[in-house]
Amino acid sequence: MRDKSLLKEDTDRVDGFDKVTGRAKYFAEYQIPGTTYGVLVPSTITKGKITGIDSKAAERAPGVLAVVSHLNRPVVAGYETGKDQGVPNNMMKIFYTDQISFNGQPIAMVVADTYERAVYAATLVKGTYAKEAFETDFEKNLSKAKAPKNPAQASYLRGTADAYKNAAVQIEASYTLPTETHNPMELHGILANWESADKITVYAKTQGVKATQGTIASTFKLPLTNVQVNSEFVGGGFGMALRTWPLEIAAIIAAKQVNKPVKLVITRDQMFTLAGHRPYAFQKVGLGADKDGQLTGITHEAWGHTATYEDFTENVVSMSKFMYNSANVNTTYKIVPLNVGVPIWMRGPGEATGAFALESAMDEMAHSLDMDPIAFRVKNYTEEDPEKSRPYSSKNLKEAYKMGAEKIGWSKRNNKPGTNKDGNWLVGYGMSTGVFNASRGRASAKGILKSDGTLLLQSAASDIGPGTGTGMVQIAHEVLGIPVSKITFELGDSSFPTAPSQGGSATLSTVGSAVSDVCNALKAKIAEMATQSGLSASAKFVDVLKKNNLPSVEVTMESKGGEEQKKYSMYSFSIHFVQVKVNPLTGVVKVSKIVSVGDSGRIVSPKTARSQMVGGAVGGLGMALTEETVMDHRFGRYVNNNFADYHVPVHADIPEIEVVFVNKPDPYINPMGAKGMGEIALIGFSAAVANAVFNATGKRIRTLPITPDKILA
Amino acid sequence: MSVKEENIPENEGRRDFLKQGTLFTALALTPVSLLKAADQKADEKFAELFEKVSLRIKVNGKAHELFVEPRVTLLDLLREQLALTGTKKGCDHGQCGACTVHIDGTRVNSCLQLAVMNEGKEITTIEGLANEDVLHPMQAAFIKHDGFQCGYCTPGQIMSAVACVREGHAGSKGEIREYMSGNICRCGAYPNIVDAIEEVHKSGVQV
Ligand code: FES
Ligand code: FES
Repeated sequence: MRDKSLLKEDTDRVDGFDKVTGRAKYFAEYQIPGTTYGVLVPSTITKGKITGIDSKAAERAPGVLAVVSHLNRPVVAGYETGKDQGVPNNMMKIFYTDQISFNGQPIAMVVADTYERAVYAATLVKGTYAKEAFETDFEKNLSKAKAPKNPAQASYLRGTADAYKNAAVQIEASYTLPTETHNPMELHGILANWESADKITVYAKTQGVKATQGTIASTFKLPLTNVQVNSEFVGGGFGMALRTWPLEIAAIIAAKQVNKPVKLVITRDQMFTLAGHRPYAFQKVGLGADKDGQLTGITHEAWGHTATYEDFTENVVSMSKFMYNSANVNTTYKIVPLNVGVPIWMRGPGEATGAFALESAMDEMAHSLDMDPIAFRVKNYTEEDPEKSRPYSSKNLKEAYKMGAEKIGWSKRNNKPGTNKDGNWLVGYGMSTGVFNASRGRASAKGILKSDGTLLLQSAASDIGPGTGTGMVQIAHEVLGIPVSKITFELGDSSFPTAPSQGGSATLSTVGSAVSDVCNALKAKIAEMATQSGLSASAKFVDVLKKNNLPSVEVTMESKGGEEQKKYSMYSFSIHFVQVKVNPLTGVVKVSKIVSVGDSGRIVSPKTARSQMVGGAVGGLGMALTEETVMDHRFGRYVNNNFADYHVPVHADIPEIEVVFVNKPDPYINPMGAKGMGEIALIGFSAAVANAVFNATGKRIRTLPITPDKILA
Repeated sequence: MSVKEENIPENEGRRDFLKQGTLFTALALTPVSLLKAADQKADEKFAELFEKVSLRIKVNGKAHELFVEPRVTLLDLLREQLALTGTKKGCDHGQCGACTVHIDGTRVNSCLQLAVMNEGKEITTIEGLANEDVLHPMQAAFIKHDGFQCGYCTPGQIMSAVACVREGHAGSKGEIREYMSGNICRCGAYPNIVDAIEEVHKSGVQV
């Protein structure tokens, strides 16, 4: 039996049919007559100036319509005003000057009538350069670190700085995380079509159709309404589609130049240079505790890289400020400019980087204290946010620890490392905590109840895979009681009511609240119409519409959080448990069991929520064991810029994954009581693996990924 | 054609040479009517004779008679020329499996195939798997087990999964994982995909 209003364990993804039949259309799959193909020509130097672009041969090659570069591009209105970096978000102006800031930076785009002809002609374009010395080595340039301008990233102090140095028990350790690349399966690009001189439609791969609309509008100085952005299906993003990349602007410029639609799909190797990455990070953590395991000081210092031409920052040290009960905490965060393409938030972003360090250090401290890692965390548990001195809106971590410990078989863990064996393999158990801000932003939605018994919802939200539409129809179902199969949620269209980008685990909370509010308003409207037309207030909406001779009734409204956001600290939490098997002869680490516990309020869409947690664990496993974007500093180029050499987890790497939800509504955050989970699914996971490897072997690996050479070293 | 590389003037592409050189030889063989349009378009047409080859291929049961450049991959032919965009491009290098199709019943990365290698062959893509609106059992199982998130790797996973079962490589979770490892899912839907395949295999339905 199915309780209509509560459990919907079996609600399938609403876009499942389209996805399994190949009918779902991603940006490059829209058919516009006369579409031409763009191919980018990358800079072969890492820093310097373009002294010439020989495009003669390319221009004469068959089917070529144009070779667009800074030498011949049409006027870009937004380029002509402001300072050197005048485009929104300080974005690099592509094809603007002769300046080269990183290897692979596009110097030109070839446009031809077929893809093959464009690819070939692009090989004929020859750039000549005046090279300059460049810097790509993070560790060598640490001394050039600067404090970010962003005030949210300022140094933090509570109590006494470096108090850990006076503690009875101290640990001090450094952790390194290499550059990682998002690598969604879908390649990036855009399909750009100027409808007229000042009106454009694009099919984009974006996590925010409104954000893309805004960037294009201000770059080309167009009214917002003249920029139509469509992005119904996005083949993964993990953060890399949270901004408009210069390459998208390049295609739009080229489309203007040839006066035809231009489709640009970049290559997998260009995904490593042109579409962001998680920055390299170096962190120092100092923890101090008294003999009973009470933390007395936390010091967390972090450095991450950015580009020379744009600043990128993220919240690496935030967790250390509020996660555990310590009277003394100090943190700093600095960025190191390098000659690389600019980074962008990658799933879990800075918080995942920081959690690797803090949660590894917590494990190291528990070991020094000879305490169980869970008991140590519970000892330093806090019901109040020590950073902002206010209560958490909800936090059920003690319960979550218990649930996960039971599922993984924590009782089989031996606190003494290297003592648990399974044949020739060493067995270890590890755990860690993850936390991410649970926010509710501002969003609008439109709801149309129709006399055929259906409900159509629209909002300019985006979906990169978590199941936004599936969550929204379930929220609407709960409010209105209409069967899920009769509700449609449309997104990915910039002409719909405004919604924020899909990032920071906020879509369900923000857009879901708008959907909930719209549905409640529709309900009230129908009830009012019912009584006015002599029906009972609880009459079915179909009957009310018929009685009033109306084909439909419509509500559009904006929704946002209120005072509760100032009264409470709102966070989503996760706990990751892993069992690893380590081969002491080969150094191979196999993750043999995973249990992830989510404490993120009420679960609105159980099936897709579970998948999201599973996906985060898979991403976390890659971060822990295999992923590393390797730079050859002689040339400033990434050497493993493909799926054969950059190892993302494959089927054979992934064991059974159990997902457990505390599933208790948060009383304050939003009408659904639901908090986001996209980031917590990954945050902390890599530390759980490192901690399990330590438990198995007695070896503490502080530099990711945990490859066999590090185990054997 | 015996055009030698060294005969091509410096800085001139092969096509430039064709534009000039082939005209002389082709002229003798070409009907006058065609020659009337002695503009760039005619030039293009002559060149096409040398640059494209004929290809007869069946895709999802439908016969196509095509004229394609030999350098066109099967993947690009499907996506860019036949508008069959269900087959995805994830790497173009045979490293991700997003482009998996069946060629005469065998799973193949279509990005590693030149289209012209498939003369007379039968290709099945994700669009050809379902029977109108009745899903193939593997497609239905993917929905039931939520074997995807963004859906971009999904057509490739499903085509590979069907072949995996047909090949007899779906005997256990471990075997499925091994024989599906050529299909990357960055969203990490792996456990759900394995569950879907295992269920289809165990059900014994003809795939
Ligand atoms: S696109 Fe063919 S294997 Fe990746
Ligand atoms: S579902 Fe997104 S890559 Fe597999």
